[in-house]
Amino acid sequence: MNTEYLSLLKYYRDPRLAKALKAKIDELAKKIEENIMIMHVCGSHEWTITHYGIRTLLPENVEVRAGPGCPVCITPATDIDDAVKLALDGVTITTYGDMSRARGNRMSLEEAKALGGDVRVIYGVQDAVKMAKREPNKQFVFFAVGMDTTAPATAFEILKETPENLSFLVSYRYTPAIQGSVMESNVLGIDAFISAGHSVTITGLKPYYEYFLRSKKPMVATGFEPIDVLMAIYMLLKQIDEGKPKIENEYTRSVSWEGNIKAQKVMDKVFDLEDGYVRGVAIFPKAGFRLKDDFRKIDAREQYGLKDRSKTKDEYIAGARCGEVVMGLIDPPECPLYMKTCKPEDPKGAPMVSQEGTCWIWAMHRIVNVSPRCKR
Amino acid sequence: MCVAFPGKVIEIDGEYGKVDFGNGTIRDNILLSLVDAKIGDYVLVHAGYAIQIVDEVEARKSIEIWNEMTNQLPEEKKKQDFNEIVGGES
Repeated sequence: MNTEYLSLLKYYRDPRLAKALKAKIDELAKKIEENIMIMHVCGSHEWTITHYGIRTLLPENVEVRAGPGCPVCITPATDIDDAVKLALDGVTITTYGDMSRARGNRMSLEEAKALGGDVRVIYGVQDAVKMAKREPNKQFVFFAVGMDTTAPATAFEILKETPENLSFLVSYRYTPAIQGSVMESNVLGIDAFISAGHSVTITGLKPYYEYFLRSKKPMVATGFEPIDVLMAIYMLLKQIDEGKPKIENEYTRSVSWEGNIKAQKVMDKVFDLEDGYVRGVAIFPKAGFRLKDDFRKIDAREQYGLKDRSKTKDEYIAGARCGEVVMGLIDPPECPLYMKTCKPEDPKGAPMVSQEGTCWIWAMHRIVNVSPRCKR
Repeated sequence: MCVAFPGKVIEIDGEYGKVDFGNGTIRDNILLSLVDAKIGDYVLVHAGYAIQIVDEVEARKSIEIWNEMTNQLPEEKKKQDFNEIVGGES
């Protein structure tokens, strides 16, 4: 018997299955009649939806919008400025590749590197720890960006005793709080939610329950293969049709109600939650991670005195509409800079920098038309 | 940015290990201890650490449910290897 998981994945891209699911989705959409707006909150979902052309398969009254699910796009400009300042002051900054190319109010880390700053691209926090151990006479800062999926590894390394010359500039965001706020606000007019599969793998579905109780909006935790996404859309429509909103799990091979408890415990030991700013959008309550007071010694903000600042100071290049793209209010082609002055090879805004950014994904797939919008 | 790829654990050295992502991609120094992975397990790896052990049984169940749901059982040849994968007679 063949037990190779990787060979199972071909079923998750089976065109016949997709066709059958599409037929079921069409049938339900016809029955519902009303316009249905679905929002996902993960760049990887946007990639799957765009790459496999899922939007083109959907009936006229069903639409999927991309919400705030790209860490590079939501990292505040002031945090990037802090990292740039440190790099220019002679501190070695380690961070992920996409993050080094996103511009703050002054410049990006890459530009700081061109001016002589020591900026190094790493794959994971272990690399930063290794480098700091190898070069003990240099000061290192790990610019920690990402969501709850990324935070546990950093927390684990911090608990394990990091080298003295390594500190952390933490800018993690907590997805349940962000998605929860969107669920409870009716500003965007979203009817149902596709939850970010890998974030939910860590947090579990439990943290979403309180938001669900208050908002009664259908939600499904979803994987990242095309059939996963189609299946999730089908499940959401079914909930809407039956008039019974639920929290459902389509991504059973990875997601559970409780989540990865070990990872959560590690995070709880190291981080507190505070209000977190989503770049170009708003401050979301309890959506940002902060190092606990016990770890002041390795908090780069304490160590280098980076505290007095207006968190929400954002300077996009004139005319850019990044914030609206991040929240799914507009499609990238509605931004006047899209594919004119702002392209993947010369990005002006964060959503065009990151491989998770809606603009980058749309540009890479040469999409220049706005998706048919069923309602605003 | 929570991209995570499934790969097979092929070596374990304390808290870290080697993961084979197929197609000749093998990465070293992957943190495994947040999931208690064993050699031979499939794990989802994100930014240098395993976030979860993939539940193969659940993956099979999903496929089975989809096929039932859509009444799209593949033709004979495909049916055989489908049975093999989903754990029918082999």
